[in-house]
Amino acid sequence: MATTSEAGLSGSVDTLLDEPAPGPNVSPGRHEPRDLPYRVVSSKVRLRVRMREIWTSRELFVFLVRKELKVKYKSSVLGLLWSMLNPAVVLMVYYVVFKYVLKNPTPDFALYLFSGLLVWNLFSTVLPGSSSTIVANAGIVKKVAFPREILPLSQVGTGVVFLFFQAIVMALFLLGFQYSPDWAYMPVMLFALLDLVVLTSAFAIFLSAVNVYYRDVEHLVAVLLQAWFWGIPVVYNFNLVYKALVVDHHLHWLQAIYLAEPITPLILSFQRFFYGKVTVSISGKPYQVLAGYPYHFYVEMLAAVFVAAGLLFIGAMKIFGRIEGNFAEEL
Amino acid sequence: MSVAIDIQGVSKRFRLYHQKYTSLKERVVHGGHVPFEEFWALDDVSAEITAGQTVGILGRNGSGKSTLLKCIAGILQPTSGQVVVRGHLAAMLELGAGFQPELSGRDNIYLNGSLLGLSTKEIDRRFDEIVAFAELEKFIDNQVKYYSSGMYVRLGFSVAVSVEPDVLLVDEVLAVGDERFQQKCMDRIQQFQKDGRTIVVVSHSPDLMRDICDTVLVIDRGQKVLMAPAGEAIRVFRERLIESGFAAPPAAIDLLPPAVDGDAPVEIASARRQVKLLAATTAYERQDERNYIETGEPIDVRVDFEVASPISGVQFKITLLTERDAIVFSSTSSGAVEGMPLDAGRGSATFAFDSMVLLDGRFSVTVEVRDAGGVVLDILDPGCTFEVMNPGRAVGIVGLPLRVEVTPPVAGALPEAAGSAH
Repeated sequence: MATTSEAGLSGSVDTLLDEPAPGPNVSPGRHEPRDLPYRVVSSKVRLRVRMREIWTSRELFVFLVRKELKVKYKSSVLGLLWSMLNPAVVLMVYYVVFKYVLKNPTPDFALYLFSGLLVWNLFSTVLPGSSSTIVANAGIVKKVAFPREILPLSQVGTGVVFLFFQAIVMALFLLGFQYSPDWAYMPVMLFALLDLVVLTSAFAIFLSAVNVYYRDVEHLVAVLLQAWFWGIPVVYNFNLVYKALVVDHHLHWLQAIYLAEPITPLILSFQRFFYGKVTVSISGKPYQVLAGYPYHFYVEMLAAVFVAAGLLFIGAMKIFGRIEGNFAEEL
Repeated sequence: MSVAIDIQGVSKRFRLYHQKYTSLKERVVHGGHVPFEEFWALDDVSAEITAGQTVGILGRNGSGKSTLLKCIAGILQPTSGQVVVRGHLAAMLELGAGFQPELSGRDNIYLNGSLLGLSTKEIDRRFDEIVAFAELEKFIDNQVKYYSSGMYVRLGFSVAVSVEPDVLLVDEVLAVGDERFQQKCMDRIQQFQKDGRTIVVVSHSPDLMRDICDTVLVIDRGQKVLMAPAGEAIRVFRERLIESGFAAPPAAIDLLPPAVDGDAPVEIASARRQVKLLAATTAYERQDERNYIETGEPIDVRVDFEVASPISGVQFKITLLTERDAIVFSSTSSGAVEGMPLDAGRGSATFAFDSMVLLDGRFSVTVEVRDAGGVVLDILDPGCTFEVMNPGRAVGIVGLPLRVEVTPPVAGALPEAAGSAH
């Protein structure tokens, strides 16, 4: 703060005058900076102000993400390499098991599975971590003032870093086995990624705050995620759902509910990009494995998810703001 | 002068749960209703703190002073009312809060610095200074978990003071640690005062307040009692303590450490020597025969002073210390000379102890003179010493007046009856 350290000149003149100073602590004639920022502490801080505070603390966000990564791989020789080794081994195991052992009829099932897992892994690893993050960081929450939303958000940031490493593994896999993603759907995949980050942030902020009051939340989240995993088309193909609900029973509304679950559209988009060009040949003719939805279908779905995720995010921020004033005493 | 901190009708309600139910099951079992009492830690407190001032928040334990500090810091949000802080604020409530044991000192400086609101560039620029101040050059790349507690605290303090805020909040917890560390802490706070920064200190020690604060805000049971110049506020605080049956805390936490042999005497800025203490001498009976008094004899301590320019409202403070620098007794002349105008020239003040009840030992006398605002004008440390010889058999520091009554057992009577036999 350069603005405050200019007491020098007039202060030294004062000591030359052989008069007693009015008090030991008053240095008269101190430069009065006019442009100092105001900060209001109250229980009613506007959402926009809080968003701005989060933005000004972005460097803290970076340091917290870096801390998470460093602490996770502390004292390990390979360090961050583990974050790539782990998905690589998983991917290879899937590849061998489904292709040669289980002889899954879906072609290149490992690729299919992994494109869905990219989305799901982010969601399912960030939520338990962020549920407990405020409680785990009680030491600083009680003693230091900073936008507390940074704590769950840094969990999301850490998850995105891991997603990035997994994507690198995925890219190497694609290169190694000579697959080509459907580049036309690259924007769709990126849009889905954006949705995923906003959606995960909304859940993370909400859960981190509620867990301060109900410590059940972190356990509940772990259980619910287990069940949730089977509600999304990661292991099975969405075509099965489509066939069972729409073709066999004409239950269009049930399919609408299925798609209203916000993770599914994101997974479908990722699969479309990574797996969309995979074909299966039936009596000599190549057929696409994935259902051939039109491009705008994905965009509309993702736009709807974006709006929903945005609203959830605002709602989560409001709830967080209402109860964060008592974090320091509840912990 | 502009307002740095504007506290506007701040109230803070806490809920005291008789038993805290933090799991869903417990809440359901208790019908969603958790018994609690409401407790207003702060009740409609308003105050304006002028930029450049050092303000103390004084109150007993549990009076709400720390809650107010946390509200100013933004760690707690007030239930109603608001605090407007102008300028960059840093709070030193706990040193090294948020240090990650697994990370190196270097990483922790960056993490902690950014927690306190420093940008990476600012930390880059101050990094060497921070490390040097903490004296951790050799260990900066070691994990913090291998640090001793002293190293840990030094690093925490070093990062905290590097923030150079416009408004600094300090909790009294900083008054821990060894003497050298405390001195470093005080030096830095005084530097901040010279720079014209606003400082808010929370303490229950009136002596710390008197030494460093211009203005003191007294809080009692969550309510503002008054905000006044340090001297007056401390007087009101002490009166409240006595009224409510609490003993006034002894002046044991004087921040100006009593000078031990070889130590540099406390320096007083020459500008402040409006009243100069010339000498302190003792006078007692048979002084020409012996150089000690016996326990219980009277003794006078006479302080000669010189007034440079007319002044009123000065106070003298006398402190008796044991050889180990434990304070036996400390008192001011308030009442005797309060408001008395002193003309330029020489005078003397005499502290007459009708009965010096100290036991064996050599005791030193420290004398201070302060102006109406509580600012120390001069100190004699030690002013003089005297020896006490104890003719009796009691051991310790003070010979308390004592009467011993023994009721001998009456032969044949039941033991219970012995007490009432008179």
